[in-house]
Amino acid sequence: MADLEPTKQRRGLVAIDGAMALIVILLIVQIWLLSATLEAFLAGHSGPVIPAAIFSGLLFSASLTLNIFVNRIDSSSRRP
Amino acid sequence: MSLLRSPSKERLWKDEFSVFTSDERYVTRRQFTKFLTLASLGMFVGNLWIVLKSYLAKKPAYPTAEIANLGEIPVRGVKLFSYPTPQDNCIMVRTGEDEYVAYSQKCTHLSCAVYYSAKNDRLECPCHQGFFSIKDGSVLQGPPPRPLPQIVLEREGGKLVATGVKVSGNG
Repeated sequence: MADLEPTKQRRGLVAIDGAMALIVILLIVQIWLLSATLEAFLAGHSGPVIPAAIFSGLLFSASLTLNIFVNRIDSSSRRP
Repeated sequence: MSLLRSPSKERLWKDEFSVFTSDERYVTRRQFTKFLTLASLGMFVGNLWIVLKSYLAKKPAYPTAEIANLGEIPVRGVKLFSYPTPQDNCIMVRTGEDEYVAYSQKCTHLSCAVYYSAKNDRLECPCHQGFFSIKDGSVLQGPPPRPLPQIVLEREGGKLVATGVKVSGNG
């Protein structure tokens, strides 16, 4: 049982690192989306504004879900 | 990991130095993920702000301003004026016997003043070689991301008056 704990912890760390990398990617997409929307808005196009906000909301939901996932994995891999 | 822990098992208040700098500076994965998620929320709020701005912002009311008399400038001649405020410099070009066009003089790249090149029949920005079409203000070449805002001109008797500003995207 004592040998299994480090493996579980390592797997938890890998999962957390993967989730973090995914959040970073989502954040980069969101930054690009915000700058592109702002550019379109300043150019007088208000068409892409709502779809961009919806998509940004979806990306934020995904980030939040991953954050909850990280917290859950972190808690479970710390406790025996 | 031992560097990030208190060196003794004693209670913190018993230690001579109860603050451990390395502990304080240590950012856990959880904290970093929380920071990333908050940044993501910030981006979402930014997008929502643009939505609110585009739907709640009132359309600006432009004044009517007399710009020039008809025939005051020669064909391919230029007149500079300010519209709608004294800080907004504009350029009017007489492109034909009976044709006039006017644009904001501020380049959409980095706000340098554009000028009319009669030789090439286009508006040119001297700073970064941005060229705009004289017909509709669209970008012909260079770094400007958007066309020049066009000043709406109307005729009232023998005079040319500006009645508004038309902002359009590229393409």
